[in-house]
Amino acid sequence: MIRRLAPSLSLVLGLLVTWQVAVTVTGVAPQVLPSPLRVVEQGWAFRAELWANTVPTLQVTAIGFAVSLAVAWAAAVAVDFSPWLRRALTPLLVASQTLPVIAIAPLLIIWFGFGLLPKVLVIALVTFFPVAVGLIEGFAATDRSATALLRSMGASRWQRFRLVRLPGAMPSFFTSLRIAVTYAVTGAIFAEFVGARAGLGIFMQLQRNQFRTDLVLAAVGVTAALSVALFGATYLVQRLVTPWYREDHR
Amino acid sequence: MKVSVRGLSVAYGDRPVLDSVSLEVGTGEFVSLVGPSGCGKSTLFGALTGILDGATVSGTIQVDGEPVRGAPFGYMPQQDLLFPWRSVLDNTTLGLEVAGVSRREARERARALFEPFGLGGFEQARPGELSGGMRQRAALLRTVVGGREVLLLDEPFGALDALTRTAMQEWLESMRERYGWTTLLITHDVREAAFLSDRVVALSPRPAGVRRVVPVDLPRPRTRSMLTDPGIAAVEAELLDVLRS
Repeated sequence: MIRRLAPSLSLVLGLLVTWQVAVTVTGVAPQVLPSPLRVVEQGWAFRAELWANTVPTLQVTAIGFAVSLAVAWAAAVAVDFSPWLRRALTPLLVASQTLPVIAIAPLLIIWFGFGLLPKVLVIALVTFFPVAVGLIEGFAATDRSATALLRSMGASRWQRFRLVRLPGAMPSFFTSLRIAVTYAVTGAIFAEFVGARAGLGIFMQLQRNQFRTDLVLAAVGVTAALSVALFGATYLVQRLVTPWYREDHR
Repeated sequence: MKVSVRGLSVAYGDRPVLDSVSLEVGTGEFVSLVGPSGCGKSTLFGALTGILDGATVSGTIQVDGEPVRGAPFGYMPQQDLLFPWRSVLDNTTLGLEVAGVSRREARERARALFEPFGLGGFEQARPGELSGGMRQRAALLRTVVGGREVLLLDEPFGALDALTRTAMQEWLESMRERYGWTTLLITHDVREAAFLSDRVVALSPRPAGVRRVVPVDLPRPRTRSMLTDPGIAAVEAELLDVLRS
């Protein structure tokens, strides 16, 4: 694990050192560009506040992503069973991804207020599409001869789904899950940016208004750490759900 | 006759694939189908197992003199199609599971065949851990464990290297001898067809029709030494002749 992370860790370290040296040498004002050490130092000093704002962001992310996953699964399974639904839903799925979230999010606040719902909707809007497409294509990628084999055994459509299409779609699902989960945290931050009572998004905006660039960057660091942690968690879940996949792709 | 196919024609739209194919397989007989690539051999199996979508099928298929009822055919496709998310044992019970047999009983029935199929000790292995020959044996085990009356083998050894293939042909012959399977085999390999079969049906290019039925008059069980028997060579020569004309 350590050995595998070593290249990226040393690259990050190198960038941070360069940044630190550049700030020290040029003497640029911390309001414009604080040094990484200052970001860490101030982030630590404001840890209670950062944490208090991280919890609501995590909550919103978890709820929004859970809703998104549930809807994506339902839609993907429905599409897999019904060619009519496939034709009906596919354009809508694509359209959902082309919506300019930056324009829609403020409207959602107007419609649904500052509560949980508009944020959940923003997260769902940005994460739903990759998961749904990953699942739909995962199901559809089932080997035709596997279908023929199951049918020759007299398997019903549901049996074919349960025994072949569903497990066969898992690698594709987890790939799409990884893409979506990285959008989920930024989606939450963005939704909070537009309007929230607490959360990393609103924290960043408040600090920016007070020219606390160091605290904005500290919050950015927390956001990145969250995304990376969730990304890593998908591998753990995958290993639990599809232990065979690892063995076959060593 | 166990299986009798009469005047079977299959077309997709106005594109004919099978043109009035007739053939018969007696109980315990081994009949092979040889023909050029893409001539529609696999479509014939599709028609027997009733899985052709959007095709126009005419002609009659009878099993024991009656129209097909239930699922008398055990189909083994070209690829072994062992699913990586199931152990070898659970792959072989797939058909039983589909048929609603309890998992425990299905496993018991499949487990009993692992020794005779040369797979003893690999029940809990993942398919990826098996060699090519073992994978085909596992796929055949999955096909026969359902107790279907007729086996349809679609180029089961096509993807194996020549040495393994020869070993598998001998093995299949010994298993057939032991269990008395009624078998239809699709193959590209005329020597394989001659070695294993009681009769070989040579098909024409698409739309496939029966060009000739060549009987193989050699005693059973067939053994490796018969591969060089003049009888086999004569059948082979005749088949190649028919297929090339």
